Amino acid sequence: MTQLFLEQALNGLQFGLMLFLLAAGLTLVFGIMDCINLAHGSLYMVGAYFVAAATQAADSFWIGLGAGVAGAAVLGLLLELSLFRQLYKRDHLSQVLATFALILIANEAVRVIWGAQPVMLNPPDALAGPVEIGDFFYPAYRLVIIAFGLAVAGLLYLLVAKSRVGMWVRAGASNREMTEALGINVRALFTAVFVFGTALCALAGGLLGPLLAVQVGMGESVLILAFVVIIIGGIGSIRGALVGSLIVGSVDTLGRALLPTLLRALLPADAASTLGPALASILIYLLMAGILFFKPQGLFPARA
Amino acid sequence: MSLRLTALAAALMLAGSAHAADQIKVGLVSTLSGPGAGLGVDIRDGFNLAMKQLNGKLGGLPAEVLIADDQQSPDIAKQAADRFLKKDKVDFMTGIVFSNIMLAVGPSVFENKTFYISANAGPSQYAGEQCNPFFFNVAWQNDNLHEAVGKIVQDKGYKNVVIVTPNYPGGKDAVSGFKRYYKGKVADEVYTKLGQLDYAAELAQIRATKPDALFFFLPGGMGINFVKQFVSAGLSRDTQLFAPGFSADEDVIKAVGGSMLGMFNSSHWAHDMDNAENKRFVADFQKEYNRLPSLYASQGYDAALMMDGAVRDVKGKVDDKAALQKALEAKRFKSVRGDFKFNTNHYPVQNYYLRAIGKDANGRVTNKTMGTIFTNHADAYVASCKMK
Repeated sequence: MTQLFLEQALNGLQFGLMLFLLAAGLTLVFGIMDCINLAHGSLYMVGAYFVAAATQAADSFWIGLGAGVAGAAVLGLLLELSLFRQLYKRDHLSQVLATFALILIANEAVRVIWGAQPVMLNPPDALAGPVEIGDFFYPAYRLVIIAFGLAVAGLLYLLVAKSRVGMWVRAGASNREMTEALGINVRALFTAVFVFGTALCALAGGLLGPLLAVQVGMGESVLILAFVVIIIGGIGSIRGALVGSLIVGSVDTLGRALLPTLLRALLPADAASTLGPALASILIYLLMAGILFFKPQGLFPARA
Repeated sequence: MSLRLTALAAALMLAGSAHAADQIKVGLVSTLSGPGAGLGVDIRDGFNLAMKQLNGKLGGLPAEVLIADDQQSPDIAKQAADRFLKKDKVDFMTGIVFSNIMLAVGPSVFENKTFYISANAGPSQYAGEQCNPFFFNVAWQNDNLHEAVGKIVQDKGYKNVVIVTPNYPGGKDAVSGFKRYYKGKVADEVYTKLGQLDYAAELAQIRATKPDALFFFLPGGMGINFVKQFVSAGLSRDTQLFAPGFSADEDVIKAVGGSMLGMFNSSHWAHDMDNAENKRFVADFQKEYNRLPSLYASQGYDAALMMDGAVRDVKGKVDDKAALQKALEAKRFKSVRGDFKFNTNHYPVQNYYLRAIGKDANGRVTNKTMGTIFTNHADAYVASCKMK
């Protein structure tokens, strides 16, 4: 029983950190540059494909991860210079339309290049199995994701809250003209933030590839969860994204683990088997609605 | 003058009953974009390969294959099908992957008295009470592959089984198909969200349950996620994995690789089946598309051959619907799965095989046929079909 509980707690943490990798980039672009980027999920997909392709070419997951993330960052740079720069000043509807078009273009482009069937991306052999501590088993690769998630969270905290660049970014977000008047090149700064967000997103794609199917459309399902996270956490707040991810990850995991058992104890078997999975799958949306009811700006609003 | 000529031509066309057509038109509606595209693309490629081998002809007549993408949406599929039926006046329809889309498109196809040759979707409705003379399924009834898994799990003597499937009608059908032949203890039935990414919570529960076998039906990407996570959790040491053929075909193997070694699955066809038609199909498919065919590709291929045989049989008189129906029922073609026949509900009565994932002579991870699970197996709904 303790083993089961510990394992589920780790699962919740791991799922949360996995969402955090995605949500961090999204909240930066959405919150700081006030740009709704629906194509965030597509960048995640493209990142996963880049990592898969580079891993197959180099025959090493770690080299593939580095090369794939770097490739996606270059793509992010090109996208920012050509498209997103034009979108910052437009209203949200134009941004939604333009980035939705990007989703369609990205999906079809990936299908043309890599084909309609999922591609292979597996963890390095050393991490393919579980770690055994006495009677306790935990997949080694999931521990790696936890480590990466914690490292990215720490790095982002230092970067945004403690560094000079982070200060510029926050200043540029709250008052662009004033920041420019102080001699800071906000345009270049936003480009850098966007590229960084893309790299994080591709890192998430590459890291999650060995656990999930690398296929066309993989970005959309994950994008919805990422939006739930940043809405719960407060748009634009890295701290909010971290807390939001951990809440969503734990609630979803524990809900799926405990609800069916709990309902089976309370209700007849037939009703429980219908209600349990349905309830578990809407739990995070109920949570989001609840949090928005009490805190419409999310838990940690960036511009309080 | 020209108006009168046109009228005359139209009158002649209406009057001339059941003369040989000069061209055969086929409408292929399938899922060619989005997450489900891998399946539809294989059906299309299998169909096109057969057309290429037949030199673009069906039953000796020049044929045109019109292709539309349904984007996995019943509405879009219905629009495309209506266009093919009303505007292009196709002689055959085929291609739909998903049963919910099939059920949306079916009524207008049948009303138009056009033959639909299903290369995948095999809903129980069209096998039972709503069976229709214009509907043929050249693949299987949806439950069949699950029934075959249930039988083999039972026969191999597993006693404590966990079932994992998404919480949607197809998942529930899979469970009932499996349980129709597996009579042992079901330790747990896990229903997951459709499109679920992470299975860690379910896997932890499964570890605590300690089953000796696990049956899962998670179509597409869900199955890939599940197998990857199942193996990395180390559960494959104590628990034998079983799945229907769709969750363990070449498309999935290509994405998961060595983790799937040793997994059992059921199918009515396998790429290593030893008959001349299949050898030619598998060799030509690899030459043409540079990958191993999946069961979907074999079904698309068989659909084209079935049309070819029937058109040849009626000597091109495709307007004589009664004769064409008889020709289709008689199955005038050699399937890549070996011999089979159609039941009274126009679904196959055929063998189902056990496949295991292993390495072939070249070290490639792929399916190997291990034996026969069912011989001449019919679906469970045929009794309630009153074919007119």
